Amino acid sequence: MEIGVCVKRVPQVGGRVVVTPDGQDVDTRMSGFAVSPHEECAVEEAVQLTEREGGRVTVLTLGPPQAAQQLRDMLALGAHQALLLETDEREWGPIATAAAISDAVENRAAAGEPAFDLLLFGNESADTGGYQVAVRVAHALGLPCVTGIKALARTPAGIRASREYGGTHESYDLALPAVVSVKEGINLPRYPSLPGRLRAKRAPVEVTTPQWQPEGLRKERLRVPAQARKQAEILGTGVDAVPALVALLDKLGLLP
Amino acid sequence: MTVLCLVEYDDSAAADGAPGGSVADASLRTLTLARDLAQSAGGEVAAVLFVSPAAASPDPGDPAAAVPEAVLADLAAYGVATAWAVRAGAGYAPAAWARGLAELAVTCAAAAVVAAATDRGSEVLAHLGAITGQPVAASTVSARFVSPGLCELTRHRWAGSLLEDATLEASLAIVTVAADAVPARRAETGADVAAQAFCPELADADLRVRAVESAEPSAGVSLATARVVVGGGRGVGGPEGFGVLEELAGLLGGTVGVSRVVTSQGWRPHRQQVGQTGTKIAPELYLACGISGAIQHMAGCQGARHLVAVNTDPDAPIIARADYAVIGDLSQVLPALVAAIRARGAAGAT
Repeated sequence: MEIGVCVKRVPQVGGRVVVTPDGQDVDTRMSGFAVSPHEECAVEEAVQLTEREGGRVTVLTLGPPQAAQQLRDMLALGAHQALLLETDEREWGPIATAAAISDAVENRAAAGEPAFDLLLFGNESADTGGYQVAVRVAHALGLPCVTGIKALARTPAGIRASREYGGTHESYDLALPAVVSVKEGINLPRYPSLPGRLRAKRAPVEVTTPQWQPEGLRKERLRVPAQARKQAEILGTGVDAVPALVALLDKLGLLP
Repeated sequence: MTVLCLVEYDDSAAADGAPGGSVADASLRTLTLARDLAQSAGGEVAAVLFVSPAAASPDPGDPAAAVPEAVLADLAAYGVATAWAVRAGAGYAPAAWARGLAELAVTCAAAAVVAAATDRGSEVLAHLGAITGQPVAASTVSARFVSPGLCELTRHRWAGSLLEDATLEASLAIVTVAADAVPARRAETGADVAAQAFCPELADADLRVRAVESAEPSAGVSLATARVVVGGGRGVGGPEGFGVLEELAGLLGGTVGVSRVVTSQGWRPHRQQVGQTGTKIAPELYLACGISGAIQHMAGCQGARHLVAVNTDPDAPIIARADYAVIGDLSQVLPALVAAIRARGAAGAT
């Protein structure tokens, strides 16, 4: 199988998120960057599929030149090729991002590279959470699409994708080529091996520069929501706190 | 001016021919935002319900008969003027539902289409955005029209750890709603709901992706709806450390939830994960043990009524977010708590 996986470079945010003084970005001076969690699982799923079925995994990302590092992280997990759709300083919305990805997929086919049987995405990015790039790419390429997938299996006719919805198990049979977005939990991503990391360091990353376009949804400003909660009331230290904890559970009416 | 609102409801009773069924809580919250959005431009809300051909309708010509009475009553209480019963084939087909919404938006000259940011709502409105070429504002918590074709809105980033104030300029405003951040609020005056039928023209491509459902046997207490969740994080130390958490959860009639590090280490299955990429919980009590409180975790438990943290580190971020805290080692505190609850139960029984 020839599989393309689209990933996004996002800040690694821990205990709290800080906004830059102009309110336009997350302050990343103290943070690293990583691929969104759902997408790391998409790469793992693609690598597992090619380990079983043969074929190659190409990781694509749209982002600044530094996003090449996230592509190398994915090469270290077992992806075979990497393509960076390099952006400038401007913020790329979901419509521009989807157009750049579908153009890249079409250009790749036009250049005689094998066409993708499957395009995988994460269900939503960790930072902007737009929930739509995969679906827009599917429509642009005329491919069937399903999102939020927690299990994927090859069938004689294509693939079967499954998820849960309101206590019900849903499955979808898709002919290939197809677009699928997955959620964390579909697998447990492996840790990169040392040889994998060394190979990824030397591997080439293909770079193209897509065309930016404006969108109707425009960010005005980012802000951290006011915290309703303040510093916790300390019930005590160690096992000495247990009577106070029991009294609290009793007050809340939670004891058997 | 019309705001269309996709309404999810339980139609299993209708399929059995019973008059039951009710609107999903997330859709009631979404109807509230849709009503505010409509009122900002002097318009009204029309609900959109996809009805299964299997829904027993004594009179196929009567669209109201395809929608359960309890659903119509909910819609009336939330100020819905019109309920569109849309037939787009059997079962859930995301592209077909989006095509139905796109055609209905043209028929009603709708200014906006709104849905809860559930798996289905997010998916269908993404298709609608692609079909119409319009932007989609995802995970919105408030929205109003400032002029025709221009909305001001606030939406979630980082699953609600960050807010984005944005403008949406579009001939059709497509908005999904972070329903757990929007309280449901009934309309001040109820109205009679006029039910109408709508059959979109669907292409084969709209129907090629379709859900095949099968009942999933649910085991034990569901994490999303549990009254008590006992959470475990890195501080649990390993897979063998969860026994006491399970025991405590069992005593309190609750279930165990875990942080992302626990599932990424393979200590516990992912379905127990609380957080941005796991399950969102809303229990009466969340007892978070050995969890530092990264924003991705807090995004999943901000619906908890009472948050109690057990942590060795008094400077852990979760202490600043919790209502109560015990500074201590969970491997000592939890067994003592279990013993105290058991002793209390035994004393009460004698």
